[in-house]
Amino acid sequence: MFDLDLWKEILSALKKNRMRSFMTAFGVFWGIFMLIIMSGAGKALENGVMDGIRAFASNSAFFWTERTSKPYKGFQRGRQWNYTNTDIEYIKANVKDIEYLSPRLFGPRGYEGDNTIRGKQTGSFNIYGDYPDFFKIDPWTPLKGRLINEIDILQSRKVVNIGERVVEVMFEKDEDPIGQYLKINGVYFQVVGVIKGETRVNIGGGRKNETIIMPFTTMQKTYNFGDDVHFFSVTSAPGVPVSRVEARLKELLKSRHKIAPDDMQAVGSFNIEVEWKKYMGLFTGIQILTWIVGIGTLMAGVIGVSNIMLVIIKERTQEIGIQRAIGATPGKVIMHIVAESVFLTVMAGYIGLALGVGLLELLNIALEAASSDADSIFFRSPEVSFQMAVGALSVLVVSGILAGLIPAKRAVSIKPIDALRDE
Amino acid sequence: MISLKNVHKSYVTGSNSLHVLKGIDLEIETGEFVSIMGSSGSGKSTLLNILGILDNYDEGAYYLNGSLVKDMSEKKAAKLRNEMVGFVFQSFNLISFKNAMENVALPLYYQGVNRKKRNKIALEYLDKVGLLDWADHLPNEMSGGQKQRVAIARSLISQPKIIFADEPTGALDTTTSYEVMEILKEINAGGITVILVTHEHDIAAMTQKIVRLKDGRIDQIIKNGDLKHFQHQYAKELETA
Repeated sequence: MFDLDLWKEILSALKKNRMRSFMTAFGVFWGIFMLIIMSGAGKALENGVMDGIRAFASNSAFFWTERTSKPYKGFQRGRQWNYTNTDIEYIKANVKDIEYLSPRLFGPRGYEGDNTIRGKQTGSFNIYGDYPDFFKIDPWTPLKGRLINEIDILQSRKVVNIGERVVEVMFEKDEDPIGQYLKINGVYFQVVGVIKGETRVNIGGGRKNETIIMPFTTMQKTYNFGDDVHFFSVTSAPGVPVSRVEARLKELLKSRHKIAPDDMQAVGSFNIEVEWKKYMGLFTGIQILTWIVGIGTLMAGVIGVSNIMLVIIKERTQEIGIQRAIGATPGKVIMHIVAESVFLTVMAGYIGLALGVGLLELLNIALEAASSDADSIFFRSPEVSFQMAVGALSVLVVSGILAGLIPAKRAVSIKPIDALRDE
Repeated sequence: MISLKNVHKSYVTGSNSLHVLKGIDLEIETGEFVSIMGSSGSGKSTLLNILGILDNYDEGAYYLNGSLVKDMSEKKAAKLRNEMVGFVFQSFNLISFKNAMENVALPLYYQGVNRKKRNKIALEYLDKVGLLDWADHLPNEMSGGQKQRVAIARSLISQPKIIFADEPTGALDTTTSYEVMEILKEINAGGITVILVTHEHDIAAMTQKIVRLKDGRIDQIIKNGDLKHFQHQYAKELETA
């Protein structure tokens, strides 16, 4: 039941102590505001980082080669080596628990000069030779045309998929790149697709939209890589931890290439599962920290509310005495004080919540506007979950009740006669 | 209506104990108009507070309307106060941010009467004390006599059996005091027991029975018939003073 008198009394009590009510409410407001802002910022960092790797198959691992760090079986340390096509075939044939395996070659980056030419336009891009399975590990979407497919691999077709930045540099604005030719390191390739990466982390460095992908077999033959393989990606079969596959492959590759089993450097690898866990741990930590600091600030505000309620009760001892002399039960008095405290906390908290969310929203708009260069942004979509908001509000209500309960108990512990005498 | 048997009361402050009431035996019948007198410190206010269930006592027994009032829970005491008794205080004790009508209506609020109804009843009671035109005024806009009449209206609205008045005229001048006493007399004529504490003899003389307290004991009970004598004695006291 909506008790008009109760609310009238609460409002008049708060009005009488306008400044103090405001300062106290500000404590609670600030607590919840900080909680929301910090939590939103933490979430934004998480979104920024996680968006970059979210689309990666979470059960994927990546392998490359480094110089050996130990002499072994007559080889000196510091030997350069490469994976080979036979490694890949062997792994495909003999290692179980692998879902996809996609070898890759890196074309010359062309630091000395531009590696891609079309008429008068030139550019320096990341050139990769890949298998179609790669798109299942690090997903790309075709914006125009198609992705590289199995037939391209089998026939070693001279076709390429290109990123958006490549289109911008090499083609006129209203030109359709599909079917056009690019001269890459002296050889002509036909563009069959414009592609966009779903993840923002580029394996091998550089910007993702500056990528040119051609069939692996084409690159190996065209640029005389023999049977070298620079890099490969694998995903583990469902239910198998990729870390186990990673360890097994490392062991196998070391033995095939006469590398010391305890050489920690030669086989370079990176495992999304481990990174994922690391990030999750980090962000959970950030969220926990946020709550600790936020709740701490909130507690200070709540103690403030409790304090002002105590003062109010001290000031109104006589009034409470009168009310009790004419029949107010202790329950009514407690109810009144607790309602006043909850009202103060929840109002202040709600404003803090609303302003916090509003500020995050503004920040979001600003970030969206600034994120034309989306690849480099690691802070995006600051947000607060609905659960978080509900959680914060329930913390407020509970703390409002607690803040009111102590002064309320004090108020009813005064005997009506003492309350009346107080002048 | 009221029956006190050997009631004791002490106030303990730290290690000091002040024995205020030292065995009070008192009977008050329904419809009586009683004043309690005594010098300051004689325990008259304490006695009134105990009678009004505002304070508890240490020893003895207090029967109100046949039921024992002792070690009551606050909730029960509040309910009994609300239903049985009305209070009028020396300092009026109106709530400063409520207007006359709201002040009068307050006891009904605690009985759970809805707003419209209780305000209507409050206006009736304000009319009875002649303050209908002042219903919208806040207490600080009224004179002492008016405030006391509002307080009386408030004490009456819950239709109590007994009105307790603690020095109801203490803060008023003689003329207003007599006005207030007239109202109390009318209330008493309506069948409600009125018990008041005063140290003014002329006020006490308007009641039907005077209970004189001295050092926490009942010194003298003067009934209606002896009032003449009392007035005479009062005059003599004045002369010697």
